[in-house]
Amino acid sequence: MSDRSKLLEVSVWRGMGDEGAYETFQVPARDNQTVLDVVSWIQQSADPSLTYRYACRVGMCGSCAMMVNGVPRWTCRTHVKRVLRDGALQIGPLRNLPVIKDLAADMDPFFDKWIRAGGVHRPSRSRDDPIQQVPPDDPGRVEANKGIECINCSVCYAACDTVAGNPDYLGPAALQRAWTLYNDAKVEDRQAVLDSVSGAGGCHNCHSQGSCTRFCPNELDPLSAIAGLKRASARSFFRRGE
Amino acid sequence: MMLKAHRNHPLWLAYMLHRLSGLALALFLPVHFHVLSLALTRPESLDRFLGLADNPAVKLAEFGLVFLLAVHFFGGLRLLALEFLPWSARQKTLAAASIAGAFLISGTFLLQAV
Ligand code: HEM
Ligand code: SF4
Ligand code: SF4
Ligand code: FES
Repeated sequence: MSDRSKLLEVSVWRGMGDEGAYETFQVPARDNQTVLDVVSWIQQSADPSLTYRYACRVGMCGSCAMMVNGVPRWTCRTHVKRVLRDGALQIGPLRNLPVIKDLAADMDPFFDKWIRAGGVHRPSRSRDDPIQQVPPDDPGRVEANKGIECINCSVCYAACDTVAGNPDYLGPAALQRAWTLYNDAKVEDRQAVLDSVSGAGGCHNCHSQGSCTRFCPNELDPLSAIAGLKRASARSFFRRGE
Repeated sequence: MMLKAHRNHPLWLAYMLHRLSGLALALFLPVHFHVLSLALTRPESLDRFLGLADNPAVKLAEFGLVFLLAVHFFGGLRLLALEFLPWSARQKTLAAASIAGAFLISGTFLLQAV
């Protein structure tokens, strides 16, 4: 009840491109409140010029991710109570991506890499062929299923130090996508999938730090998907060397 | 804060441990080979050098080196297992077990040395 009078100390990144600084706001605390609620309150009640991005508010669209107290999170489903440190929050734009303005990061590099990793589906049949049956218990299907709930939020990409160190590295989400395609019975040319992820910037750059798996809000496991690509490309290397 | 929040989890720490131990080994090995080569070229200076090795401080340093090698060796085995055997959720346990294994080996060495 007394929560009504409590205030949160919220510092929010303000700025365009490389320039900017944290600005502090006092935000009323509520019993139930997400980080996105806090950001929206600031924009609606304190400073209408604050720029940020969201759409679904229920963890479906992947557009609301930000750095919260140094950790990448989907803000619409992150409760303030769980992440508050000494009554304070620090909210910044996603790491490893250029900043457009304030809390809105430029997602272009993330999606460009998705495409570079072969993430676009190339069908092996046309509309005139019969629909391909895929048994749900097929091992490849079971493996692919583990990665297909990705919402493209870029939380894993922001968490990854290998991305930070090598701007060419495809990153966990794009590589995981390639792993689902590699296991997809509808994809005919598996070797093409491997080729697009095993060159420079590909899966072998990963050091298995596992920050991707640690922070993925959908509890996906890009670390293991990338390990799968490493195994598959090692196998194909020795097979082709015969 | 020294450790950034997004790095504060076992797999990242295991990664950093592996990198530091690998770098330290790379610095140590040339020295090691040089000292061994003394056995062929200048046995008397090797003996003088080995005399140093009875010093407790040097014993401790030796423990450090074997510890590094053990850390790196088990860390390397952990990575190979993690990436080449298709299992998934046991990684944290593995990271912990590899460090425990490293302590065990280097600890045994220390006890034998003193
Ligand atoms: C004892 C057997 C050894 C095994 C099983 C082993 C295994 C490995 C593996 C799997 C990696 C890749 C780590 C990653 O992807 O981040 C690695 C990295 C490395 N190793 Fe070793 N290694 C061994 C011995 C050595 C020795 C003797 C040296 C010293 C010359 C050394 C120096 C390094 C360095 C500097 C790295 C790079 C660290 C990094 O990328 O984070 N290793 N080792
Ligand atoms: S496991 Fe690989 S992709 Fe995932 S955070 Fe670590 S380095 Fe990045
Ligand atoms: S793998 Fe997880 S963290 Fe990465 S983009 Fe997909 S849903 Fe987000
Ligand atoms: S607003 Fe859609 S996932 Fe958060």
